Amino acid sequence: MSGVRVLVGTRKGAFILTSDEKREKWDINGPLFAGWEMYHLKGSPADPNRLYASQSSGWFGQMMQRSDDGGKTWTTVGNQFAYDGVPGTHMWYDGTQHPWEFKRVWHLEPSLTDPDTVYAGVEDAALFRTTDGGQTWNELSALRHTKGHLWQPGAGGMCLHTIIQDPNTPGRMFFAISAAGAFRTDDGGETFIPINKGLISPYELPDPDAEVGHCVHCLALHPSRPNTVFMQKHWDVMRTDDGGANWYEVSGNLPTDFGFPIGVHAHEPDTVYVVPITSDQFHYPPDGKLRVYRTKSGGNEWEPLTSGLPQQDCYVNVLRDAMAIDKLDSCGIYFGTTGGQVYASADSGDTWNPIVRDLPAVVSVEVQTLA
Amino acid sequence: MIRVVLPPHLRTIAKTGREVEIQVDGPVTQRSVLDALESAHPALRGTIRDHVTKQRRPLVRFFACEQDLSHESIDAPLPEAVATGAEPYVVVGAMAGGEV
Repeated sequence: MSGVRVLVGTRKGAFILTSDEKREKWDINGPLFAGWEMYHLKGSPADPNRLYASQSSGWFGQMMQRSDDGGKTWTTVGNQFAYDGVPGTHMWYDGTQHPWEFKRVWHLEPSLTDPDTVYAGVEDAALFRTTDGGQTWNELSALRHTKGHLWQPGAGGMCLHTIIQDPNTPGRMFFAISAAGAFRTDDGGETFIPINKGLISPYELPDPDAEVGHCVHCLALHPSRPNTVFMQKHWDVMRTDDGGANWYEVSGNLPTDFGFPIGVHAHEPDTVYVVPITSDQFHYPPDGKLRVYRTKSGGNEWEPLTSGLPQQDCYVNVLRDAMAIDKLDSCGIYFGTTGGQVYASADSGDTWNPIVRDLPAVVSVEVQTLA
Repeated sequence: MIRVVLPPHLRTIAKTGREVEIQVDGPVTQRSVLDALESAHPALRGTIRDHVTKQRRPLVRFFACEQDLSHESIDAPLPEAVATGAEPYVVVGAMAGGEV
């Protein structure tokens, strides 16, 4: 029987939520690593029982965990993230140069084909890779040489938070960094190019042709159309149809185009989801109504999805890695909030139900579709 | 044997109880105790002190015999009571640390 396994990272531990394909009844397992900040958990597409988790603490720093049995048991693996060579400097808040300093792993992206290979996006922004199941991590440092001296921290820190592998073109990957922008490699991480043409950030970057420095919050694509990438920028929802060479805005009729996550339907490449948030000054939904917005036309025309979501007195946020989409025939959408709720829709967003309501603040949500 | 008391989160990582016993060959200093601790429990590497510089993480503190040893030389001898196992060497997370 098919089903789903939802991996939830929170400020105080991890939780694994499982259900069958109906997604009505859920088993809740957790907290795992209780008391630790769990920034991200993700399963290997090549081996669904292989999970990786980023665990961190202000006291004790970064830890990495691996499970080989779907999250039943975990093994501590390597936690040494050393920048390649002399780390160098990046732009600081006051415009001066500041040394690169490792803080934590934000995002883990297991290889599509090899369970032992995982990419890690870290703060201060850099890309690391393991090829031995997490025992050792090495930086793909050409990324930081892509005008890294002009990158600067966003409010949440200078983090590499999005890693997407193109399933059709080996070696091609997309990345996003706050606040540096979007980047692409076509050779598995040997070289990188910034792909930010068309992004407009007038208050932060007066130069309309700035190649880097943009505060990109999240990227998403559909495997069948990998040259079309959708972006939730700090402000603006954007789209490219040429692999990032040119971006154009598709915010359309959204109530606000500020937000964090963005996702694409598993079976409909033009169906995209965002969660509008009032602004960077007010990290909660407009009018106290928690609404997911969906377009079925690749942008510009958006409809609010509200059934089952709180439509009054709701002042939570949905962070950039806290939305996920399963691959079941009736596509499931999941998101977690800073108020500790994890909502699920088993019908492409038409209706929603909370799986859990009172977890610690949710940092990340991923879903595995199990055969 | 040297007795080392770990804070709760590190007990989880090391899969130990509150207190662990370790063997230290040679002079008993903070460096030799932490070297032996990390050797016996490799999962703790990087959690108490930096992998490379061996500097104490900023929000970790060391105590023994009711003294704060956090700012003492890591190569200074530890109190005799620690060396004999009469008193534990205590690793704590600083009160200033943690997350809400």
